[in-house]
Amino acid sequence: MTLTLENITKTVGGETHIDDVSMSLEPGSFNVLLGRTLAGKTTLMRIMAGLEPPTSGRILVNGNDVTGMPVQKRNVAMVYQQFINYPSMRVYDNIASPLKLQGVDAAEIERRVKSTAELMHIEHLLDRLPQELSGGQQQRTAMARAMVKDCTLLLLDEPLVNLDYKLREELREEIPNLLAERDTIVVYATTEPMEALLLGGKCAVMHEGRVTQFGPTTQVYHNPAFVETGLIFSDPPINLVKADVRDGALYLASGHQVPLAGHLSALTDGQYTIGVRANHLSVDQTSAECVAMQGQVELAEITGSETFVHVHFNDVSWVIQEEGVHNPRLGEAATFYVDPKRLFAYDANDRLVAAPPVEIQNGKAA
Amino acid sequence: MNKITNNKAWFLVLPVFFIVAISAIIPLMTVVNYSVQDIFDPQTRFFVGADWFRQVLEDSRLHDALIRQIIYTGSVLFIEIPLGIGIALTLPRKGWGVSACMVLLALPLLIPWNVVGTIWQIFGRADIGLGGYALNMIGMDYNYSQNPMDAWVTVLVMDVWHWTSLIVLLCYAGLRSIPDAYYQAAKIDGASNWAVFRFIQLPKMQSVLVIGVLLRFMDSFMIYTEPFVLTGGGPGTATTFLSQFLVTIAVGQFDLGPAAAFSLIYFLIILLVCWVFYTVVMNAGKREEQ
Repeated sequence: MTLTLENITKTVGGETHIDDVSMSLEPGSFNVLLGRTLAGKTTLMRIMAGLEPPTSGRILVNGNDVTGMPVQKRNVAMVYQQFINYPSMRVYDNIASPLKLQGVDAAEIERRVKSTAELMHIEHLLDRLPQELSGGQQQRTAMARAMVKDCTLLLLDEPLVNLDYKLREELREEIPNLLAERDTIVVYATTEPMEALLLGGKCAVMHEGRVTQFGPTTQVYHNPAFVETGLIFSDPPINLVKADVRDGALYLASGHQVPLAGHLSALTDGQYTIGVRANHLSVDQTSAECVAMQGQVELAEITGSETFVHVHFNDVSWVIQEEGVHNPRLGEAATFYVDPKRLFAYDANDRLVAAPPVEIQNGKAA
Repeated sequence: MNKITNNKAWFLVLPVFFIVAISAIIPLMTVVNYSVQDIFDPQTRFFVGADWFRQVLEDSRLHDALIRQIIYTGSVLFIEIPLGIGIALTLPRKGWGVSACMVLLALPLLIPWNVVGTIWQIFGRADIGLGGYALNMIGMDYNYSQNPMDAWVTVLVMDVWHWTSLIVLLCYAGLRSIPDAYYQAAKIDGASNWAVFRFIQLPKMQSVLVIGVLLRFMDSFMIYTEPFVLTGGGPGTATTFLSQFLVTIAVGQFDLGPAAAFSLIYFLIILLVCWVFYTVVMNAGKREEQ
């Protein structure tokens, strides 16, 4: 089944929640909806499911208009941020409930419930009540209930948010494998760039009710088409600085001058916004072209084996991702290096005009 | 590890100890004292053992009052709980209607028992009361001061009017705490309204319903003021429930010994029923898993 959204708009009480979204989802595809909280991800999913009608626009399944069709007739399944199971039913009956409502016969129900439970590693919990399970097990049950009925559209609305870090990683790795080799269209909403990259597939970046970019996840990551996309699809958000191109050089608002070389050489004179991801900044001078910048350390966040150093200069704050655990003193002067080969350039309309080549983005600071 | 011993904490418990002693333990012990002795004055008293208990338990008036009480409390629960759940399910979930309904529902709860009795006493009169007049106009021979059934039903209706709101408010709070996602999930499954009620709403309301049933049981089992104001327990003994009967023995006949014995029995019945009910309901969930 191919699901096509045509100019979907949703307004509630004069406020636009979804703004003219058109996209086409292929059978068997894994689609990540990436956006901040309140970007419209959940609303868009609810419209895809048929839980609420769009204000205007059409939803097509294999070319047939299903816009007004109620959700029960659409063969969709949804998994939520909260762990939604029937509280008084055992895990087995919870997983079996959609099949029972479809009128599948008992032997077939048992076979499918067992195999789905095995897939989700909860086969030993079938006799328990949801309240006796851990959060991870409850969410596995909810996912098993969604997967057991061979739906054509599976919607996962930030399913891992309420799980602790370990369980989240565990399920995050399993999910793409679980859903491979199915014809189901999977839509997975998340706020985390890392999660989108790990899940792969295709990625639609949402901002203020609009889908600003839709394509293969890595391609979107390497070419964030708008400044907003770059901010959403980078963690920490991409560092920005205003800049001018004149006399064959790039002048950053911070007073630094960068030569127009490599992917930047095509830039014409005018105003730009320059973006650079935290992991592309370094405290070491990695090559001769690197431009040295100075600022003051505002904050240092240690995350595992890396340190995010927040540096303040010229009224902006940038984040530098450093390998290893560091403890710079707050307020201390810091020098860091910007590699011109790794700059994203956005024009005056915030559209991407130059992105570093993929191999340079992926490469270690050489 | 060195434990620091400090007995000063006991002083902090003292106020609570005094309050509980004065408000509960001493009165209760006084009752126990009366229930096993025949007391004429502080100097003249005789230990009678379980005689008062035997006398009270053999009293057929008590048996009648107990049966009347059980039927009454049963009817109260049987009407108020389903009605309360039903009303809670039909209340609006958002908008201005919510506050309007809350205010309307809370109104009866704010009225004192004896005022409720007076309201219905006047309301039910055939000469000056709207309700009584209307019933007689449509041909019903309604008169609570003469007809035992009418009096009994009036006390029941009074209680339903007064306390169903409590069940509604409790259930409504329970319903509001169910995340919207549950309803969506049920909708996606194609579950019927009955299935949504049976498998989502009812289990999620269980804990508030237990509290509601316990409160209504205890309260209706101890009902005194309303029948007292309406007919004083009559006509005949139609609305003489356990409390009325107790007051008749204790205050009317001044038989303090039997009254004390009866009070203890009364107290134990309520305690026992509440304990059994609570234990059964709270274990119901656990038994399902086996």
